[in-house]
Amino acid sequence: MAEMDTSSSGGHKKGPGVKKGKKLSTRIDLTPMVDLGFLLITFFMYTTTMAKPKTMEINMPYKDPNLKIEDQNKIKNSVALTILLSKNHRVYYYEGIGDDPNKAPELKVTYFTPTKGIRDEIIAKKKMVDDMKRSGQLTAKDETTVLIKPDTTSTYSDLVNILDEMNINDIKVYAIIDITDIEQGFIKETEAASGGK
Amino acid sequence: MTAMCDVAFLLLTFFMLATKFKPDEPVIVKTPSSISEIPLPDVDIMLLTVDPKGRIFFAIDNKLMRKSLIEDINYQRDLKLTDAEKTAFAIDASIGIPFSQLKSYLALPPEQQKTMEVNAPGIPTDTSVTSPQNELASWIKSARTVNPKLRICIKADGQASYPMVKKIIKTLEGWKIFKFNLITDLKAIPSGTAAYADAHSGDKKTK
Repeated sequence: MAEMDTSSSGGHKKGPGVKKGKKLSTRIDLTPMVDLGFLLITFFMYTTTMAKPKTMEINMPYKDPNLKIEDQNKIKNSVALTILLSKNHRVYYYEGIGDDPNKAPELKVTYFTPTKGIRDEIIAKKKMVDDMKRSGQLTAKDETTVLIKPDTTSTYSDLVNILDEMNINDIKVYAIIDITDIEQGFIKETEAASGGK
Repeated sequence: MTAMCDVAFLLLTFFMLATKFKPDEPVIVKTPSSISEIPLPDVDIMLLTVDPKGRIFFAIDNKLMRKSLIEDINYQRDLKLTDAEKTAFAIDASIGIPFSQLKSYLALPPEQQKTMEVNAPGIPTDTSVTSPQNELASWIKSARTVNPKLRICIKADGQASYPMVKKIIKTLEGWKIFKFNLITDLKAIPSGTAAYADAHSGDKKTK
C-alpha cells in the first residue's frame, strides 16, 4: 500500500555501549488521504461545467423617433418574405410585405421541421432572389429580406428558432417587427378556413 | 500505487482550478438551442432571466457593482434602505421583487429570501421606458450608470411567451440599446444549408 518507509532496515550496527532505543514505526498510512483525494476528484468532476453557455448576438435596428415614415426606405416586394409566428409553434408565411390593401396575401402554414418546414421556404426564396439578380430584374444591392412578426401567442423559442434559421440560411437582412391587426386577422381567417384550431 | 496517487492528485488539482461555481439561479430555465457558438463573456454581464411564467429576474455579476447599484436605486426610488439591507442586496445573486416589496425582502434572513424568491412576482416591466410601472427600465438604467461596459444577456425559457420578451426588447430599445445577447444552448448545424457549407469550407474563411 501507499506507505512511506523510513525505517532503516538492517545493516548499520550500533556500538556495544549504545543502548538500543525503542524503535518507533515511522510508516504512515496514506489510505485515508488517497480516499479523500478521490472523493474530492469525484466532487469536482460532477460540479465542473466544461461547456460554457453560448449566446446569440442580435442587433435591433436603430430607431430614430424623429425619422418620418416617408423617409424610411421601402423594401421591394419581390425580395421580401414575411413570416408570422403563431401559437403551437405554427409558422405562417407569405411572399412580399403585404402592403397592398386590395389584395390580401396568400398565407401558407408550416412548422419548424427539419425537412419541408420553414427552412425550405427560406432557401427557395433566396434562390428566387438570386435568379432574379442574375436575370437583371434586381440589382446586386438587393438582398433577400425576411420580416419576422411574432404574434402574442408565440413563444420565445419560436423567436430563437426563426432567428436561428436566419443564421442557418445566411439571410443577412431581417427584422423583427410588431404584428399588425390586419395580419392578425389573416391568421384568424386562415385558421378558420383550415377548420378551426 | 504511488503513481496512481500522483495521477489522482494531479486530476484533483486540475478540476479544482478548472471549476467555476455556478451562481445561484432563482428559477430553472431551459433555453432554446441555436447554432451560434459565441461564448458568454465572463465579466460585465447583466443577466435578465425570464421563466416559463414570464417572471423577470435581474442580476449583475460583480459584488461591488451591486453595492453601487443599490445605492443608486435607493436614491432614485427613495426606498429608505438601511446599510444592512444594502449589504444583503450585494450578497444576493439575483432579484425578482418589485420596488414596493424590496425593503421587506432584503430585511429577511437569506434562507427566507430564497423561499420568497420562489414565489416572487418578478420585476414589473412595460413596453415604454417612461412608464412609472416599468421598474426594469430603472434597474437597467442604474446598472448602466454604475457600469457602462455591461453587456446585456437575456436568458429566457423556451416556453416564455413572446409578449414578455418583447417588453424587455422594447425597454432596451427605449434606452437606445440595440445590441444584446440571447443565451441559447448549442445545437448542430443542419447539413445542406448555407451555414453548414460555410462551416465546412475550410479554415481559410473564418467569420
